[in-house]
Amino acid sequence: MGKKILLEHINVPGIKSLDVYRQNGGYASVEKALKTMAPDVIVEEVKKSGLRGRGGAGFPTGMKWSFLAKPEGVERYLVVNADESEPGTFKDRYLMEKIPHILLEGMITSSFALGAKTSCIYIRGEYFYVSRILEAAIEEAYAAGLLGKNILGTNFSHDIFVQVGAGAYICGEETALLESLEGKRGNPRIKPPFPAVAGLYGCPTVVNNVETIASVPYIVMNGGDDYAKIGIGRSTGTKLISASGHINKPGVYEIEMGITVEDFIYSEEYCGGILNGKKLKAVVAGGSSVPILPAELILRTEKGEPRLMSYESLSDGGFATGTMLGSGGFMVYDETTSIVKNLYTFARFYHHESCGQCSPCREGTGWMEKILHRIVEGHGKHGDTDLLWDIQRKIEGNTICPLGDAAAWPVASAIRHFRAEFEEYINHPERIKEFKHLQELVS
Amino acid sequence: MSKEIKFNEETIALVNKIIKRYPEGKQKSALLPVLHIAQAEFDGWLSPETMEYVASLLRIKPVEVFEVASFYSMYNLKPVGKCILEVCRTSSCWSRGSEDIIKHLEKKLGIKVGETSKDGMFTIKSVECLGSCGGAPMLQCGASFHENLTLDKLDNIVENYRVEGKRKSYTDQDFKNTL
Repeated sequence: MGKKILLEHINVPGIKSLDVYRQNGGYASVEKALKTMAPDVIVEEVKKSGLRGRGGAGFPTGMKWSFLAKPEGVERYLVVNADESEPGTFKDRYLMEKIPHILLEGMITSSFALGAKTSCIYIRGEYFYVSRILEAAIEEAYAAGLLGKNILGTNFSHDIFVQVGAGAYICGEETALLESLEGKRGNPRIKPPFPAVAGLYGCPTVVNNVETIASVPYIVMNGGDDYAKIGIGRSTGTKLISASGHINKPGVYEIEMGITVEDFIYSEEYCGGILNGKKLKAVVAGGSSVPILPAELILRTEKGEPRLMSYESLSDGGFATGTMLGSGGFMVYDETTSIVKNLYTFARFYHHESCGQCSPCREGTGWMEKILHRIVEGHGKHGDTDLLWDIQRKIEGNTICPLGDAAAWPVASAIRHFRAEFEEYINHPERIKEFKHLQELVS
Repeated sequence: MSKEIKFNEETIALVNKIIKRYPEGKQKSALLPVLHIAQAEFDGWLSPETMEYVASLLRIKPVEVFEVASFYSMYNLKPVGKCILEVCRTSSCWSRGSEDIIKHLEKKLGIKVGETSKDGMFTIKSVECLGSCGGAPMLQCGASFHENLTLDKLDNIVENYRVEGKRKSYTDQDFKNTL
């Protein structure tokens, strides 16, 4: 069993409640931080921990915090990104639903470090029921003096509220999220200025993912150096992996970074192997945006070394033969899966979710969906594969926010590694029914 | 649709409580939450009258409400059934059989995706990833997530909603989830 930080107490009955959470050491970091630590010291510990943003980008959290502008007399905000909309990702929902206080504890401690009087959880609208769970937890925390004025008798006062979105993947992008929080369409802003300088209502703002903030209590309690010892290399700590697709045990797993991908897929502790004893065909390791890899490249790098669950190992080989850890949305596909049809579901997703602000993304995602649709329906034209390649290249890097890249990469990687399958669809439409994916539903 | 577009006192108090979260003059931040409430109260969709009412409550222009309401997928700009069966169709749900779920629903209810049953009870909607990939295939109805669907389970879910006969909203306090 690997080290557990976030899910250590997940199976304790009643852990959702404040009392049980505190009986298991909960909120100790608030006590320690507010009473014995200076805000800058906490920021230093987070820097030392090597903690990286768990939403997908993997940017060092301590560095992000140290960028926060601190002009006199201006409010600062901490906004927790609980928009979790990257296909294949459901870890934050699990964490917030099962153990909501770990997020609140992290928010109070982090807000103290950042000097934020108010913080907010922006949660995707579809998770409305989770917002109820969070609100109940917030109410408990107020009643216990862990929120509100003079927390635990100190000079630090803090308020937390939950803001519910309304269905838009783009609001996971931090500036779109801030626009949405201000009651507008989720159109990403041009950067700079970065939110650390001009974020919510033009005030300095830190936006962090749920899992990132939930990791802060451990760092405050045990020190950044201790956290940095967990994991491997620059991939410090643990990571929540959302495992789904053709595996025996879909679910959320906390892994110590550095375990092998093979172990993660096949061991009983994690995914438990491929469903129905079938063979592994491909994996999307970090949410729909990251490149898909065929079995041989996800299990071993091009150099033949075992691929590890870490930022560095998953990206070994660049986009030619590697991928990314991303959000940890780990989707597994067995040998019967049509890569082309699967890609079509991604292309449809990105077209649906493009905010429409930048023409390469707005138009390009639509073209890619349309072309893939005709291919999967047996009407693909000669040259369509090259056309798709050409479109994705022209989207990548040419948009305000990373949604364009996110839409391009799955297309590029599917063609790079499975080009023959596209040609098979185009040249032999009569064989498409053989690819048709039929999952036997247990009735 | 003869109902007057106006919140009762309790709801007005809730709206005011939401507005208080934000700094003075930033009441527009309440737009998304208030639209959710309005949709739940006024027959599950946002009519032009409803949007104008919300604009007046938040002291913003109606067009500011419309541009937001038309951007986010959870707001309905047309009348819908009491229960919207929102079936996820993205990768993991697709790979675990969401197409079969949709086909079964279409056959069972005699309507296509995007349509509402004649009795006004059900609308079928296909939606993008709902963050429930570990419970694929899944559907959402109101605040509830129904995961690890089989055709049998699906029949039961639909029958239960039919018997209950109530409108389901995201804002419902009661919810089921199978996580």
